[in-house]
Amino acid sequence: MAKPSDLDVAYIARLARINLTEAEAKVFQKQLDDVLEYVEKLRQADIADVEPSAHALPNFNAFRDDTARDWFTAKQALSNAPRKANGLFIVPKVVE
Amino acid sequence: MTEQDLPALTIADLQALLRRREVSPREVIEALRARIEAVDPEIGAYLSLDVDAAVREADKPNVDLPLGGVPVAIKDIINVMGQQCTCASKILQSYRATYDATVIRKLRAAGAIPFGKTNLDEFAMGSSTENSAVKLTRNPWDLSRVPGGSSGGSAAAVAADAAFGALGSDTGGSIRQPAALSGIVGLKPTYGRVSRFGLVAFASSLDQIGPLTKTVRDAALIMNAIAGHDPQDTTALNEPVPDYAARLGNDLRGVRLGLPKEYLIEGIDAQVKAAINAAVKQMNSLGAEIVEVSLPTTEYAIAVYYIIATAEASANLARFDGVRYGYRTENPKDMLDLYGRTREEGFGPEVKRRIILGTYVLSSGYYDAYYLRAQKVCELIRRDFANAFEKVDAIISPTSPVPAFRFGERMADPLQMYLADVFTIAANLTGICGISLPCGFAEIDGNRLPIGLQLLGNALDEACILQIAHAYEQSTDWHKARPPVAAAASKA
Repeated sequence: MAKPSDLDVAYIARLARINLTEAEAKVFQKQLDDVLEYVEKLRQADIADVEPSAHALPNFNAFRDDTARDWFTAKQALSNAPRKANGLFIVPKVVE
Repeated sequence: MTEQDLPALTIADLQALLRRREVSPREVIEALRARIEAVDPEIGAYLSLDVDAAVREADKPNVDLPLGGVPVAIKDIINVMGQQCTCASKILQSYRATYDATVIRKLRAAGAIPFGKTNLDEFAMGSSTENSAVKLTRNPWDLSRVPGGSSGGSAAAVAADAAFGALGSDTGGSIRQPAALSGIVGLKPTYGRVSRFGLVAFASSLDQIGPLTKTVRDAALIMNAIAGHDPQDTTALNEPVPDYAARLGNDLRGVRLGLPKEYLIEGIDAQVKAAINAAVKQMNSLGAEIVEVSLPTTEYAIAVYYIIATAEASANLARFDGVRYGYRTENPKDMLDLYGRTREEGFGPEVKRRIILGTYVLSSGYYDAYYLRAQKVCELIRRDFANAFEKVDAIISPTSPVPAFRFGERMADPLQMYLADVFTIAANLTGICGISLPCGFAEIDGNRLPIGLQLLGNALDEACILQIAHAYEQSTDWHKARPPVAAAASKA
């Protein structure tokens, strides 16, 4: 397992699209290094013969009938938009 | 209006009055509203209270339905159409739900009235409700202490007789731990027993909605209404729902209770330990056989949890990007600036920490070392529990190693806060069900602080742990004790 110091909080925060102040990054670095040091204990577990499973109670192929039903109207979908116009979400220009 | 102190009633007793037409649903809402107005300025359990909506609903319910006319408070992370759903986060401060969660639809179908949205740790991330971006919720037993979390508002409301019952969500103990610290009953159902549709997702493989109530019977009554299959949630199990309230008795003969030998060793408050030991003796005297079981891999549970839960959270919370709903930063110059500043300004510190940790453990080069390894160790924990349930019907432990702690006591060190979840987390990782119920009090600084007992049951065995919990509860008076703030309000 990676050493805790492998975590670069400032870099990962950029990947996660969260701006951090330098002070905040410094505090998080220490706190998350502690957490990562704690999870090092997982290296002691013998997992040689273990298959990972994402869910405790496997429940596969849960389909529902493919039928039309009443759902959000466009108006409802837009009702919480921070900016909207003409039935669209408005964002800063993406393509030059 | 009757002479009775309505808000102090259990759901079962309230229903009896409603069915005999001795009180109307509207009178119930009015009495509850008055109680909330009297105690909530001190407690801070509620984030919003839509009285008009509740009164409108109170004028039409069929009181002969299973929960006809019973108001239920809702953790503000579950969508109730037309009402706010802030997740106690700045990023959703102006959000209005455009649909009902399945549990809300089911509650309404059973005649219940969703009434009030309760405080929580932001996005259910925390164990004290101190991570709410809106306000603190105080423990009704000692206003200088936390109510537990993340469903702290729901727990405090029920404990203070400011709700008859409430819904919470439990990802690592967020129903059971606040129930324990606030002196009430809290049930985390089996993963998939209750639909998560309309619950704002934190860690999708662990989240589960459940009831917080004054008694075990009340928890069973709410479970009867909310459990069951839902085509809208692919993880909701298509299994029959038993009548959870029908099988509640007072006898524990033939019940085998497992006492994990690893659980009562270190780090547990002496008064908590004494209360659990006394409860075990009590259950033994009611006929239960006490069997020692071993769960050695649960020492890894917290480490596994903080990898899996943060990984899933980092993906789930990517949707809060300031585009389609919620808060958006002022004057973004481009999309990256919009995302980065919206999330910087919209999320609190704990949510940021978890997103960063989750992004890291999923990132290229670290996935195998963290996420994959955690999933494998999780499988080991499941095997331990499967072995234990070969021998016993339920496993008994404290819910929390300590009673309610003071504000600020654990906030500076996230790891210390995480370690408080040691007894509750394994149930989420293994998908099994668990219940917390009162089993005594600790005396600290002249105040009585509730202690919670946890019973863990096998998958889909809610009826079994409810039955055991009920038999124990009925042989004690712990559930009848009321915090000073509630006792004072009912005399006023």
